[in-house]
Amino acid sequence: MTAAATEMQSPVKQSRFMRRALPYILSLPALLMCIGILIPFFTAVYYSMLRYRMNLPAMKGFIWFQNYINFFTDPKFWNTVYISLTYAFLTVSLELLLGLAIALLLQRPSRFNNIASILLLLPLMTAPALAALMWKLMTNPGFGVLSYLLSVIGIQDFKWASDPDTALFTVVLVDMWVYTPFIMILLLAGLRSLPKAPFEAAALDGVPRSFVFFRITLPMLMPYIITATLFRLLDSIQQFDIIYAMTQGGPGDKLLVFQVQAYLDFFQATNVGRSAALMIILWAITYALSNVFIKQWLKLRERAHGAH
Amino acid sequence: MDHSSSLEKILRSVAITLVLIFFLFPIAWIFLMSLQTNETILRIPPSLAFTPIIDNYTALITGQLRTAAGSLQLNFMQNMFNSVLLSVCSVALSLVLGVPAAYAFARFKFRLGEDIAFTLLSFRFAPALLVLLPLSLYFKTLGLTNTYIGLIWVYQLICLPLILWIVRGYFEDISPDIEHAYRIAGNSWWKTFTRISIPLAKPGIAAAGLLAFIFAWNNFVFALILASADKQPVTVGALAFVTASGIQYGQIAAAIIISITPTLALALYAQRYLVEGLSMGAVKG
Repeated sequence: MTAAATEMQSPVKQSRFMRRALPYILSLPALLMCIGILIPFFTAVYYSMLRYRMNLPAMKGFIWFQNYINFFTDPKFWNTVYISLTYAFLTVSLELLLGLAIALLLQRPSRFNNIASILLLLPLMTAPALAALMWKLMTNPGFGVLSYLLSVIGIQDFKWASDPDTALFTVVLVDMWVYTPFIMILLLAGLRSLPKAPFEAAALDGVPRSFVFFRITLPMLMPYIITATLFRLLDSIQQFDIIYAMTQGGPGDKLLVFQVQAYLDFFQATNVGRSAALMIILWAITYALSNVFIKQWLKLRERAHGAH
Repeated sequence: MDHSSSLEKILRSVAITLVLIFFLFPIAWIFLMSLQTNETILRIPPSLAFTPIIDNYTALITGQLRTAAGSLQLNFMQNMFNSVLLSVCSVALSLVLGVPAAYAFARFKFRLGEDIAFTLLSFRFAPALLVLLPLSLYFKTLGLTNTYIGLIWVYQLICLPLILWIVRGYFEDISPDIEHAYRIAGNSWWKTFTRISIPLAKPGIAAAGLLAFIFAWNNFVFALILASADKQPVTVGALAFVTASGIQYGQIAAAIIISITPTLALALYAQRYLVEGLSMGAVKG
């Protein structure tokens, strides 16, 4: 349709209206999609101010911020906050350290290193829910190969995700398996794009390598590190797939992170109001984080473009 | 510039080997499991000495599972079909909607443009359940629950922001002068867009499309909430196997291998595009 409309006009004398409308016409379909998604968002805001239990429809009513106020004295809520923050902190910091270490190992673009970095993409391309399933099979107390290997080195009856003490460790491990390659790829691309001159100068002057790393490599890599960290943080605080596929939030309340808790509130307790309020709080956290992230990312992009 | 001693070289190789073992062992082990009967899987200690069988795969593909208790129907191939359909259609729709919009954001400075682009990107980071839970109630009213159309629509949440932002970066890299020259030669705007701009941004479109496909394929939570068994993709379908009775560990492993093969194959085939796409064009060059 757009084709027919613009084909009629000579390009140079294209009407002013057309020129002004064109960007809107082009982005309108995507925009409509965007509005379609905004409706459920506002519904969620509304639901979060309702006393709304699907099993008790008669009690339904508008209660302003009561759902949020209730959270302050609700130990279940603080458990969710605590578990989510712990999970996000552990996964992101461990993945960052490991990802950076691997990127440094593979920094020199040799044939072997390139093949290794391609192979490391595979866990990242595995669906997180299926990755959790794979680890579930490997950590099965009856026949799991990892349980067996631990028993060989003397650790008997390690219960992995079914023991309250090691459940968090297990899902963090699966998260690391899936997402460390993401950080590795970003930092590897960053490392390889750093200018050579400062390193050559440092080598000529015989500067110790630890000094080169902490005073040259790390500061120059910092924008990439920050981008990768924020990106992972945004995903990690919302983790659902791995935890749900592994334990559905159990054992007990050990892994009830935000999204798993909201899912259970909605479908098991059918407490729509509480579930929505929980999601709005998570959204506020991710929105603040994503603003920082997008700004940081745009800055990095500008730099990458300026370098050419 | 690098004066590494031979000791350091050895340490490096050992470290890389350990890293590769950690990241590749699970895939290899599950693959081996998929070639075994329940008896060999349950052996303690686990052993690599077994006669590989393909029965687990044939059971999944034919949908006929013979157990001691009798025959069992499986519809894993339906899950596979759903995954293909949902991913392909979602990416196709996203490209049709996203590429023109990406071009508009890259070429024109227009009112609301940056706001729309920003809003769309921020969806990428919003919690999925925030939208999904109210949506599941709307879908019931609209009759969209458990339909392909409903699912493809919500899959736009995954694909559209990705395509929009990666492709936008590529359009911004193309000098507008080439387009101007073609326009002045008497060609319409539409012709310029389809003959010049799109071909030049092809690597970006390919990267974004591939990545969107993989993300759509790997998605779990959308279909978990909005679809029932006959419309569910492999991610949800394979998980249901764990609790289903009569299904053996070898078959679960085979289902996992079948489910992850498409994305892993794509990743190996087009890894360079993927790496560019993953960094969202941020660290190009």
